[in-house]
Amino acid sequence: MKDITLKARIDNIPKVTAFIDGELEALECSVKAQMQIDVAIDELFGNIARYAYGDEEGDATVSFDFDADTRTALITFADWGKPFDPTAAAAPDISTPAAERRIGGLGIFLVRKTMDDMRYAYRDGKNILTVRKKI
Amino acid sequence: MTLTKNQNGSALEIALEGRLDTMTAPELEAELKNSLDSADSLTLNFSKLDYISSAGLRVLLSAHKIMAGKGGMKITGVNEIVQEVFDVTGFADILTIE
Repeated sequence: MKDITLKARIDNIPKVTAFIDGELEALECSVKAQMQIDVAIDELFGNIARYAYGDEEGDATVSFDFDADTRTALITFADWGKPFDPTAAAAPDISTPAAERRIGGLGIFLVRKTMDDMRYAYRDGKNILTVRKKI
Repeated sequence: MTLTKNQNGSALEIALEGRLDTMTAPELEAELKNSLDSADSLTLNFSKLDYISSAGLRVLLSAHKIMAGKGGMKITGVNEIVQEVFDVTGFADILTIE
C-alpha cells in the first residue's frame, strides 16, 4: 500500500490525482476507469478540503491499494476533521427542473454511481472513506 | 484546462480542453460572467474535454439558466465519460447535447 499525506486544501487536488494516476498507469488501468477515479478524487478530496476542518487547516491522507486477483483498486481518504458520513447523505433529486434544482450532494451521488463500492468508517478520530473500482 | 473563445456576432462558442473540475471550473465561470451579456446563444465544445466533476456541472447549470432566457445553450462533442456524468446526474434531460 502507498499513501500521501497533505494539507486538505483544494489546490492539493492535482497532487492527489497525480499520485493515484501514477499508480493506475503502472497497472495499465483503462482510460475510462482512470477518469472516473479522477472525478471521484475531485469530489471526495474536494469535500474534505471544503468541509472537514471548517475554517481551520488540517491534514488528509490518501492511500492506494490494489487487489491483483480481481484487478480492483482501493482508494482510501482519511481526515481528522468533523465526523461526516457521505454514504448516509441523501440522494439528490435529479428529476426536478433545472431552475429549481439544488446541487448539494451531487458529487457524492456521482461517485456512488461510478465506483463499484463506497464505505465509510469513523475510527480513532478519523473519517475513513474507501472506494473500490475494478480497473 | 485550456479555454478557447470564438465570438461570431452574438453567437459565442467556447471550446474546453482538459478537465473541468474543482480547480478549473472557476476559470469557465469567470469567462462566462464576462462574455454572456453580449451573447444570444452559447455553444460549449467539449470535443477535447477529458472529464467533468460536479464543480463543472454547477457552472453549466448556471449558464443554462442564463441562456434559457435568450437563444439557448448547447454542448457538442461530448465523450463517453462526460455523457455518463450527464446521464447519471439527470443533466442529460436538462441540457441540449448534440
